[in-house]
Amino acid sequence: MSQPGAIATPTPHAAHEGHHEELGFWRKYVFSVDHKVIGIQYAITGLLFLLFGFSLMMLMRWQLAYPGSPLPLLGSLLGEVRMPGGIMQPDFYNELGAMHGTIMVFLGVVPLAVGGFGNFVLPLQIGAPDMAFPRLNMASYWFFFLGGMIMLGSFFVPGGAAQGGWTSYSPLANLAGMGQTVWLIGMIFLITSSLLGAINFITTTIQLRAKGLSFMRFPFFVWAQFVTSFLLLLAFPPLEAAAVMQLMDRLAGTSFFLPSGLVVSGQVLDVAGGGNPILWQHLFWFLAHPEVYVLILPAMGIVAEIIANNTRKPLWGYRPMVYSLVFLGFMSFLVWAHHMFMTGMGTEMAAFFQTTTMIISIPSVVILTALVISLWGGSIRFNTPMLFALGFLPMFGIGGLTGLPLGFNISDIPLHDTYYVIAHFHYVVAPGTIFALFAGIYYWFPKATGRMMNETLGKIHFFGSIVCMNVIFMPMFLVGLAGVSRRLFDGGESYAFAQPVLQMNVVSSWGAWILAIFQIPFIFNFFWSIWKGEKTGDNPWQATTLEWAAPSPPPHGNFLVAPEAYRGPYEYSVPGAAKDFTPQHEA
Amino acid sequence: MDIPYTVEVRRDTGLTNGKIGIWLFLASEVMLFGALFASYILIRVGAPNWPKGDTILNVPMATFNTIVLITSSITMVMAWASLMRNRFGTFRIYMGATILLGFVFLVVKYFEYSAKLHHGLYPSTNNFLAIYFTLTGLHMLHVIGGMAVNAYLWGFGSKLWKTNPVWFTNRVENSGLFWHFVDLVWIFLFPTLYLL
Repeated sequence: MSQPGAIATPTPHAAHEGHHEELGFWRKYVFSVDHKVIGIQYAITGLLFLLFGFSLMMLMRWQLAYPGSPLPLLGSLLGEVRMPGGIMQPDFYNELGAMHGTIMVFLGVVPLAVGGFGNFVLPLQIGAPDMAFPRLNMASYWFFFLGGMIMLGSFFVPGGAAQGGWTSYSPLANLAGMGQTVWLIGMIFLITSSLLGAINFITTTIQLRAKGLSFMRFPFFVWAQFVTSFLLLLAFPPLEAAAVMQLMDRLAGTSFFLPSGLVVSGQVLDVAGGGNPILWQHLFWFLAHPEVYVLILPAMGIVAEIIANNTRKPLWGYRPMVYSLVFLGFMSFLVWAHHMFMTGMGTEMAAFFQTTTMIISIPSVVILTALVISLWGGSIRFNTPMLFALGFLPMFGIGGLTGLPLGFNISDIPLHDTYYVIAHFHYVVAPGTIFALFAGIYYWFPKATGRMMNETLGKIHFFGSIVCMNVIFMPMFLVGLAGVSRRLFDGGESYAFAQPVLQMNVVSSWGAWILAIFQIPFIFNFFWSIWKGEKTGDNPWQATTLEWAAPSPPPHGNFLVAPEAYRGPYEYSVPGAAKDFTPQHEA
Repeated sequence: MDIPYTVEVRRDTGLTNGKIGIWLFLASEVMLFGALFASYILIRVGAPNWPKGDTILNVPMATFNTIVLITSSITMVMAWASLMRNRFGTFRIYMGATILLGFVFLVVKYFEYSAKLHHGLYPSTNNFLAIYFTLTGLHMLHVIGGMAVNAYLWGFGSKLWKTNPVWFTNRVENSGLFWHFVDLVWIFLFPTLYLL
């Protein structure tokens, strides 16, 4: 990339303009092969899907808080089939539930965490000019985009979108309407996208790291993305196999997941039979448990970067953290059946999976503890990214610890499929991962645009969000412990035992709606700062890792001179050094 | 802007980007077919009775196809070896043979499928046929994919030989790795479905 001719243009601005002439609008911003543009495309698409998935949930929360009441204003807009007179129909509620899960996981969080941050930050942090396969990278985004559009389109097919939950369990999913077929086709696109992405990330990390950047000099974020990519690479194909088989069941009339003698509406189903619905669950969770770590590992990576930077200290226990991460990735392939204790598996099987589940909690605790100890004795800068990163720690802690009773066979049985489960994993993903993603957006925004985001609006966003998140999810633990199933269309109103906790539904719902209001400062701040934010230099946070050695925003090809790494990633406050940070690229 | 290690190997890893990429891809393919084979085992052990493959399927045809695919793997290696010896003409012949053998495989497969459908044996008939059609169908898609890449390298893509022979040879090698994998999947499929 650094040809003699290119060096003759000294400023990044001039180099940037050179590319303006080469590439037209479509190649530069839409069908770009530049990892930064693709990363931003992923991030913005992912954010839009997060907002959309959140909107679906806000509609559901109305039905849960006020079952059977007409929804004012919006209700009449959604049509006579879905909400006649503004009153939600059960089928539509099920569509919203299935699509909320699918969209949040596969179209919101993963594309933002891996596609967005991975694409934008990882090549910069390893000092690479781009990804190893730029055109594959573009294909990966467009497969994701098509998959997303197919998922959105499924709302408009006869019978509406998928209603079988994000897990698409057989035999329910075999018998559901056309939306389920569209869901499966959409999933195959998304799987293809993440497969191409994973290959690209691993190859880039191994091959394109800068001179001197050995694996133990990687920033923790790079390690997190590296392990995540292996999970995507190896865990998604079994779901692809399962999706192909479910499609065969639905379209070619096979019986992979349909047992003999299945009775539907009082009649024995006319299929060959002999299939096994539990097989779907095994294949699904073989993906979906590693997927949980795909959701959380990039978040841990982002939080680690921001904590090291804003405590002005090296991470405490970098090596044990990396070893834990690799162990976590490996173990995540051996715990999947703890989602299936209710299938009537034998005690030996249950004992095996609850043991592996307890083992996998150890590396998570090691990483979280190391992050907390990293705060010790630091002179902490409480800027917006740091607030979100600090918010992540207790929220992920609550989510993780409340998962232990679900990992034990005995205590899982009464808690299974109640609101307790919802509260548990939302603490991990919503105020956990999504807070880390917000932290990342505030932290790397100056690198992407050359401008800072507004701090005051950021703090309003943070404090409003963290209060609302807890108002939403904390009551759900109580509702779940009271035994209310997460699948009930009326939120438990028709059950006598649920009566004492019903008012909690109202609390959660208002929490969700107010949370939406607190996202407005973020949305405004995001767009306003792109054009009007305070201009900043290449390294506004005084950080040490390689991405800050590139100009802000980095030109196509990233670095003006190929960087070289001379030291580890977090050399903050080195005794005797002239300043309190020593960047990796400074000799 | 050029991406480093597209053509030359990185010294500390000893690999090009493409080589790592294709091996990672094959790892994911192993998981894909592995999941299908695992499903086959689970469904079979749970079935009260399971037909022996040769009572339904045509073993001689599949044996012929096995020989065809193994031969095509040999011609694929020869195509790559020709490039290593700088003989582009021989490469063309061997690569052409590889594509042709893939085509022969597909024709035989077509006769097999149409015979099944003609006798009223559909994927919905029973789970043996369901897994047979799914596994061989997915394998067939892989054969078609491999043939498409090989056809590109034989025709339009071979222009690269003139400008960058090392890069072109690497591409043929990577395509060959995929082709051998497709062959290998069949070598597992054949005994599993037809003989056991």
